[in-house]
Amino acid sequence: MSGWRATLRAAALAGVLLASAGCATTATDPRDPLEGFNRAMFAFNDGLDEAFVKPVSRAYKAVAPEPLRGMVRNFFSNIDDVFNGANNLLQGKFLDGWTDWFRVIVNTTFGVLGINDVASDMRLEKHNEDFGQTFAVWGVGDGPYLVLPFFGPYTLRDSAGLVLDWELDPVVRARPIALRNTLIGTRFISKRTDFLDASALFEQASLDRYVFLRDAYLQRRRSLIYDGNPPRPPRPQEPQE
Amino acid sequence: MYRWIACAALALAACAVQAQPALTPPDELVKIVMLEVADIIAKDKQLKDGDRAKTIALIEEKALPHFNFLGMTALAVGPAWQKATPEQKKRLAAEFRDLLVRTYASSLTVFREQNFDFRPLRMKPADTDVTVLVRVLQQGSQPVNIEYDMEKTPRGWKVYDVRVAGISLVVTYRTEFANVVRDKGIDGLVATLAAKNKSLAAAPAGASAGAPPAGTTK
Repeated sequence: MSGWRATLRAAALAGVLLASAGCATTATDPRDPLEGFNRAMFAFNDGLDEAFVKPVSRAYKAVAPEPLRGMVRNFFSNIDDVFNGANNLLQGKFLDGWTDWFRVIVNTTFGVLGINDVASDMRLEKHNEDFGQTFAVWGVGDGPYLVLPFFGPYTLRDSAGLVLDWELDPVVRARPIALRNTLIGTRFISKRTDFLDASALFEQASLDRYVFLRDAYLQRRRSLIYDGNPPRPPRPQEPQE
Repeated sequence: MYRWIACAALALAACAVQAQPALTPPDELVKIVMLEVADIIAKDKQLKDGDRAKTIALIEEKALPHFNFLGMTALAVGPAWQKATPEQKKRLAAEFRDLLVRTYASSLTVFREQNFDFRPLRMKPADTDVTVLVRVLQQGSQPVNIEYDMEKTPRGWKVYDVRVAGISLVVTYRTEFANVVRDKGIDGLVATLAAKNKSLAAAPAGASAGAPPAGTTK
């Protein structure tokens, strides 16, 4: 559709080819056969983040007071709830799905186009769903770990989910293009700003940030797929092979 | 004043614990400690502002006695743990403990003023290994789960792993640690952790004591 997306696809494809050609030997983790490519993309995203995204997010945090940032966050979160609901219904979680859609109705009306999350005050809890999770519930495996340019950590399955998330996203479909770009940019900075503290923590905690982020991401996805209750893995009492 | 009362209360609690042989149930223990820590932070301006040294002192005093760091380190190191000497194990656990405390300290300020939803634990009397779930409710976003994996010991229930939003403090280190051990051995891992801790102590990123109140350092 857009030239930008075509460029993105081409870049991803080129990277995959590059990885399979040269850097495949760095892979040691069975979940991450494309580690060479992924590390390159990780470095690319990280550079972009340090040079541009993080400074803008810090400025946004400094300039916009929390009440305003909350309204921005809630506005986009309200749109997300439409798809949280759809995905919950697709996963057979009917009560959750209807709750999500009821949240949208309540927040769009009483919450004034979603800028106030009155539904949460009414104890209508927010969920976190996407098509990647729905595919997982339908039995699709993770596939290899994949770091996408601009989008960050994914798995192959979740990338497929992302394509659907992105295609159906009203923010992405908004026109004129200038409005769409403003909305996408604002949402991205809003989310990144909320993640500033967490990313600082990650930087502090990790020895190898790439590995740390990957392992954290895969655990997080597993937790989301099981709605916070993944089966408890047996504790390796005496760690051994 | 408040601290004094807290100390007195703690002393009393310690007496009570000694007097009765029954251990505090794990979910009860988590609730007591988390509420106490949240309460102390809420009433202390320096802690609220993210005073690092003070936060670390608070964690050391209130939370750490309930953690089993040798067990946590064993899980994080994985198979190589068994090849480590007792001395190496001790040093590894000490460095890992330091690293977790330093990084955890900054997240405590994030979780202040939040609503905890303590989930009742359904456990059998014979259980010795349980997971206690606490949900942190936040306006406008999905509640965040904090899960404490706990084991029963003669000295009370001890935490051996914590998962925040499904991400384990311990498991997340497994691959990293395994990579370092493979390349540099156990002593290499000790040295790497020590260097990491030293750099964190030298240049605390994020909230630090004595930062200008403008909040621009975040």
